[in-house]
Amino acid sequence: MMTELSLNVLDVAENSIRAKASLVCITVTVDTGADLLTIIIEDDGCGMNEEEVGRVQDPFFTTRTTRNVGLGIPFFQYAAESAGGHFQVKSEKGRGTTVTATFLLSHIDRMPLGDISATIHTLIVYHPDTDFLYIYSYNGASFTLDTRQFRQVLGDIPLNAPEVSGYIMEYLTENKLEADKGAVY
Amino acid sequence: MVTNMKSLEELKAIREKMQSQIGLRAEGDTQTRVVVGMATCGIASGARPVLTAFSTLVQEKNLTDKVSVTQTGCIGLCQYEPIVEVMEPGKEKVTYIKMDAEKVAEVVERHLIGGHVVEAYTLNSVDIK
Repeated sequence: MMTELSLNVLDVAENSIRAKASLVCITVTVDTGADLLTIIIEDDGCGMNEEEVGRVQDPFFTTRTTRNVGLGIPFFQYAAESAGGHFQVKSEKGRGTTVTATFLLSHIDRMPLGDISATIHTLIVYHPDTDFLYIYSYNGASFTLDTRQFRQVLGDIPLNAPEVSGYIMEYLTENKLEADKGAVY
Repeated sequence: MVTNMKSLEELKAIREKMQSQIGLRAEGDTQTRVVVGMATCGIASGARPVLTAFSTLVQEKNLTDKVSVTQTGCIGLCQYEPIVEVMEPGKEKVTYIKMDAEKVAEVVERHLIGGHVVEAYTLNSVDIK
């Protein structure tokens, strides 16, 4: 089990990178009126065929060779389904994969979102060759981080340069605060 | 969206400041590599704060020329996560196990700066044979 949903996001997004995605889109949407938290991780990686999609929800399926259990997807699915939500993996070989998880905000067994900004920051800074599009939305107030846009400004300075890394973290925390006014959930 | 525009202006300023320094950073064979395991097992046991602590301290202590911090997948010792490997050029790899942010501070201070392995936190300190 992960203690924060943001850790599930970090873990599942690693699959996208291993699937050689060039762009990973992560959307976190909160709608307190509908009592709903929705997390979508979408990539343009190598994708899976129907049989593999069916098997990723099985903890004893993994493509890795260092151990023979793969708990990333089952953990995320369990987190959603035990919080009154839904979980779905859609994939097409050669096109990419989309993982969608929903959660009832008020459900007693829903894990807290946790430090989502740290997750996004870690993904960007430690995978400087992958692009990320992050959209955070809280009751309609939203902000976007698009590393393709950042790259345009930066030219040949890498996203993992210390100064840029610090800037990315500030960008994430300041804009999140602006959108959700510091709501804890 | 107004905040985003303003923020990109700041990014532009960073680029301008940095363009004068580019190429000065030493890379490659002379660097010590710190590698943090970030697969499901690592993340579930607290690898994200360990990774963040390393990169923050390496920056704070001005070690960025000497030390690079990266991440890797599962190395098959899940019960000892969070695992950190320190690879110094010309020396044997050191594997630290069950790390947390406090232990990271100690490893940075004593190992990366002081040059002495913190034996108590290494894989060698536990009997797995």
